[in-house]
Amino acid sequence: MATFKEFRNNIKPNWCPGCGDFSIQAAIQRAAAAVGLEPENLAVISGIGCSGRISGYINAYGLHGIHGRALPIAQGVKLANRDLTVIASGGDGDGFAIGMGHTVHAIRRNINITYIVMDNQIYGLTKGQTSPRSGEGFKTKSTPEGSVESTLSPLEIALASGATFVAQSFSSDLKQLTSLIEQGIQHEGFSLINVFSPCVTFNKVNTYDWFKENIINLDTVPDYDPSNRAMAMSKLMETGSMITGLIYQNKEKKSYENMVHGFKEEPLAQQSLALEKAEFDKLVAEFV
Amino acid sequence: MISQLSWKIGGQQGEGVESTDRIFSTALNRLGYYLYGYRHFSSRIKGGHTNNKIRISTKPIRAISDDLDILVAFDQESIDFNAHELRSGGVIVADAKFGPVVPEGVDAKLFAVPITSIAEELGTSLMKNMVASGASWALLGLPLEVFNKAVEEEFGRKGPAIVEKNIEAVKRGAEFVLELAGGPLEGFKLEPADGKQKLFMIGNDAIGLGSLAAGCRIMSAYPITPASEIMEYLIKKLPKFGGTVVQTEDEIAAITMAIGASYAGVRTMTASAGPGLSLMMEAIGLAGMTEIPVVIVDTQRGGPSTGLPTKQEQSDISALIYGTHGEIPKIVLAPSSIEECFYDTIQAFNLAEKYQVPVILATDLQLSLGKQSCEALDFEKIQIDRGYMVKDIPDREDSSMFNRYAFTENGISPRVLPGEKNGIHHVTGVEHDEAGRPSESPVNRKKMMDKRFRKLAKLDVENPIHLHAPHAEPDLLIVGMGSTGGTIDQARLRLNGEGITSNHMTVRLLHPFPVEEVREQMEKAKKIVVLENNATGQLANLIKMNVGHHDKIVNVLKYDGNPFLPAEIFERCKNAAGNLTQEELVKNGNL
Ligand SMILES: Cc1ncc(C[n+]2csc(CCOP(=O)(O)OP(=O)(O)O)c2C)c(N)n1
Ligand code: SF4
Ligand SMILES: [Mg+2]
Repeated sequence: MATFKEFRNNIKPNWCPGCGDFSIQAAIQRAAAAVGLEPENLAVISGIGCSGRISGYINAYGLHGIHGRALPIAQGVKLANRDLTVIASGGDGDGFAIGMGHTVHAIRRNINITYIVMDNQIYGLTKGQTSPRSGEGFKTKSTPEGSVESTLSPLEIALASGATFVAQSFSSDLKQLTSLIEQGIQHEGFSLINVFSPCVTFNKVNTYDWFKENIINLDTVPDYDPSNRAMAMSKLMETGSMITGLIYQNKEKKSYENMVHGFKEEPLAQQSLALEKAEFDKLVAEFV
Repeated sequence: MISQLSWKIGGQQGEGVESTDRIFSTALNRLGYYLYGYRHFSSRIKGGHTNNKIRISTKPIRAISDDLDILVAFDQESIDFNAHELRSGGVIVADAKFGPVVPEGVDAKLFAVPITSIAEELGTSLMKNMVASGASWALLGLPLEVFNKAVEEEFGRKGPAIVEKNIEAVKRGAEFVLELAGGPLEGFKLEPADGKQKLFMIGNDAIGLGSLAAGCRIMSAYPITPASEIMEYLIKKLPKFGGTVVQTEDEIAAITMAIGASYAGVRTMTASAGPGLSLMMEAIGLAGMTEIPVVIVDTQRGGPSTGLPTKQEQSDISALIYGTHGEIPKIVLAPSSIEECFYDTIQAFNLAEKYQVPVILATDLQLSLGKQSCEALDFEKIQIDRGYMVKDIPDREDSSMFNRYAFTENGISPRVLPGEKNGIHHVTGVEHDEAGRPSESPVNRKKMMDKRFRKLAKLDVENPIHLHAPHAEPDLLIVGMGSTGGTIDQARLRLNGEGITSNHMTVRLLHPFPVEEVREQMEKAKKIVVLENNATGQLANLIKMNVGHHDKIVNVLKYDGNPFLPAEIFERCKNAAGNLTQEELVKNGNL
């Protein structure tokens, strides 16, 4: 069984010192080892952004695609080879702006992959513009007078879209984050984990200290029941989504792969492609 | 006795035009006739005039005809809209219900058959299609038993009572019209066909079937006219092979999901039309850059924007070749017949994996949706070539990554699938080194670009052009692509009758352009007519840019949404053959 060190490669991340993304990288490596994966059986598919580089920093099959499209690529990978563990990952702009359509539909589709959003409430790679996750009034290069658009609440949207696993964490809480990623991987179906990941360079508002002061760990909430969707929704609304931990999980619903008619249990990628003559003749006969 | 005939049915969309055509042509196919269909439809689902035309022949035929022998009309609008197409002495079979009249100046025999009332008497106006096709069948003097057999097959599932009712409807339609006409019409009797049933399908069926034969197991797509039939066919078939069709949220998801699945080792395809292709362009660039094979079908329709979504056009050529930003190797194939739709789809999957590039298969609406006879498809010709894939990679001493993008002589690097031990590498749309690590080194950049393009230097495509070249030095070389080939051949027969010799070349590989093959043919001809369904001459421009001969090329364009008719091609080619310059032709209104 691989240790978390075997999920490290020798590529040095180009993130700024102190960037929240480092701990997410570490958490993925730890979680992968903890659930007993071998590096070759993990595929990390990422989008474009500072965060999107993560697929290059883990010793696993990694694909760094195009901005906003990590999810459809990741779903394709999983459909092709359901023996792989597939993690999709990227920034808040990647997943909640340009890729929002895919996010909602990946949630609905419920293919068994884990989506980790590295949420810094800003566009890091393009050097500090507003994101759908930026707070109202947040001043950035593209909103010099402060953003007037509402802050998106992706986890509420996820619940409303039929999500079967919704969690949130904070990159400083490596233990919680690792555990949530493990649970996400083990969940049958689509798991969404939003991670507060401070951008120390461009976001001077949502800092480590700011998060430490403002987030509520669900472990400290008495009687919180993550199988209760209504409770999850009201907790998110009550707290402005500032909660961390497992927010909601539906263990009943089966994954897409297990529901869709005829879909093979063995990985499609390992099937023979050849068509039998008899099969071919049958197909052709339909056109006579 | 005649060897060929044209028949058309018109009515309001949703009124049974489609089903009348289907049952009529299925029965004709039983007898072994060659058929070529053309659907005129609007993008409304119910209502709006629609008509289906089929050409019936004892010999292979791949074009609609200029004129029409028999028109079946469910309403006066169908007569008014289509009667001008009838040849003199043609026939109209119309529903007596609306009191049909033959428009002034049209020389046609009218048979008013109480189509609706017969159907209603038998229980439901839904059986109009049976009455109408029965009447048509009888006028041609064809054996009713064969027709009844087709009806049995169409309705067998619904039980004997329904079958019997429909057969009765056919019989009543036939009897009524024969009474009116005094028996089958002289001059409309078809010579017997060879009795061999042909395959009868649309191009989209052939693409779907081809993809199954090629081992495609996942299709991700978003519905659009005229591509949707491909996903609709495959969703019926793929589950039997353990795969599936995913209807994605948009075409960006469709192409990127296909890329993901292909990266992980499954043959995958997506299909769309112009609007969807526009959305896919960035991702096609990703596939090119990361060398992930993927097959994309573009069923061209009238553009730009929503354009003429249910009409014929060939105006995506430039976009397919140049649409992606930056520069990637890719292949654009343009099948020109149903058979080629099948074989080229298989070829597209092989080329994609052999060269590790995106392959676009470009059809046009008439080829994708026109139902036509198809020669037997040869199982022996189905071959699967997955290209340079490696497995069981030995352990390495160091912890280095696998060189997925190794510099090789032919540019093709070893492909390894996720899950393979010792094969871990990185994949990124950022310029990268041999292991896929991002790299901005100018030396590496140039080497990688060269490597990617080197892959196509020795591209091996079966029949990049398709040639009918009976003349060593023809007056004309007529060049086309996609569905225009059959119509060009019809026109050529008539040009020949006028003493104008012509060769015919269909360009099947649009990119990389088959320069040498095309040049050879162009040099032999006195004049070259490039014929295409678009307004700016995209195919002609491609030829001029790649081969030259600007002075010899006359560009014949049609972009009103309808396919070329043989007579139009004949006229325009005849003018071109006279020593008219391009300006003169424009002045004469011929272009
Ligand atoms: C189609 C497209 N549009 C724009 C860009 C430029 N771009 C790259 S990353 C990015 C946003 C990054 O923000 P986020 O997703 O939050 O990632 P972060 O850098 O904050 O981790 C943008 C706009 C692009 N690469 N592609
Ligand atoms: S700019 Fe921000 S998000 Fe990007 S690496 Fe630096 S700290 Fe991280
Ligand atoms: Mg961000």
